[in-house]
Amino acid sequence: MRSGREYRRLTIGARRTERPFGLLTAGYKEAVLTPKPRGALSDGLFEAMRTRPSSWDDVLSIEPDHDDDTQIALWALYELHYRGFDDVDDDLEWQHQLLMLRRSLEQPFEARLRERYDAPQVTTPFAEAFFDYVASHDGRSLASFVHRDADADQVRELLSVRTIYHLKESDPSAWLVPRLSVAPQAALMELQYDEYGAGDPNSLHAHLFARGLEACGLRSEYGAYIDDVPCEVLEQNNAMSMFGLHRRLRGAALGHLAAFETTSSLPSRRMSQGLHRLGFPDEMIRYYDEHVEADAVHEQLAVRVVCASLLDAEPALADDVFFGAFTCLDLEDRFAGAMLEAWAA
Amino acid sequence: MSVPEFDHPDVVLCPGGPMLLRGDHVVEDPDGVAHRTSRPVSAVCRCGKSGSQPWCDGTHKVIPPRER
Repeated sequence: MRSGREYRRLTIGARRTERPFGLLTAGYKEAVLTPKPRGALSDGLFEAMRTRPSSWDDVLSIEPDHDDDTQIALWALYELHYRGFDDVDDDLEWQHQLLMLRRSLEQPFEARLRERYDAPQVTTPFAEAFFDYVASHDGRSLASFVHRDADADQVRELLSVRTIYHLKESDPSAWLVPRLSVAPQAALMELQYDEYGAGDPNSLHAHLFARGLEACGLRSEYGAYIDDVPCEVLEQNNAMSMFGLHRRLRGAALGHLAAFETTSSLPSRRMSQGLHRLGFPDEMIRYYDEHVEADAVHEQLAVRVVCASLLDAEPALADDVFFGAFTCLDLEDRFAGAMLEAWAA
Repeated sequence: MSVPEFDHPDVVLCPGGPMLLRGDHVVEDPDGVAHRTSRPVSAVCRCGKSGSQPWCDGTHKVIPPRER
């Protein structure tokens, strides 16, 4: 049994893709297929998703082998709600047995995230308390490593595993919009409008990242590197999807968003300087430069306007806001630890 | 219960942080150079230490709270 903590260093760029109809034409878009299984559950599940068995009982009875198996299965189930897979029918998004399975994987995952969290004693107004809470969290920084020490291969590896979030940047927060009352809803849209390029597709953040990847010679289609990412990346991604897709967890979702934005501006500057040091293309540097300025705005909006207006309307969600923030910081620490350990850095 | 009217100021002074500016404006930096805002909400540096003048880049967070 292999735990998710034992990060496998895989050859980046090795994702299996197939051309579903054997066609090779100009402008052909690579098919996005179900990921490589990581254990008995994901093996049985992905096979069933591709072939639609007459009975789902067998799939529902498979126990996951380990965290990696659980998290890749959960990630693929969530993907049915985002872009789906070219080898899975779109209507499986609402297949009730798959929703049951998703629920059975989410419940222990949420419980584990909550076990790690200690509620802070909040004695100051919310915004001040929140900024202090994030500032007091001490974790290892991948951006600092990229800034001064990483080599180009390590940065390419980091960029490729970051694709799992950055190519759908902000999408998990978009689920929240219809789940909020007036003031937090307007506040979230004010922030998201900028994330999605304020109407200009060329400025949409996920697209800026895709342009950066292409300029670096990396693959820019969503999910291209899913088979290469460590379990910690799947956990980060799954936590965001779980928070976004459950109205009950809207406080945690917005707390996660606020912590994410609050820890982005200065690290993005370090990433930009590290990419510059290593001679990476301007398109990728531009992505991080954009986040220096954008997230200096977004952190203020997310904390002082989005979360503050949520808590004005629903004060009982305060603890969930901090739980979401903690989860963001904690999972990033685990990811950073896994990468730095694998690099012996 | 009445349908409320919400505060939505054009300018927000963030304690210990930047000035948020909603909408399209031209901001002159300390060297007299004009910069047009490029996003729906902009954050103008107030600590004087940003490397992206006149915009905030988060640097205020690494200077002592009393000097922000």
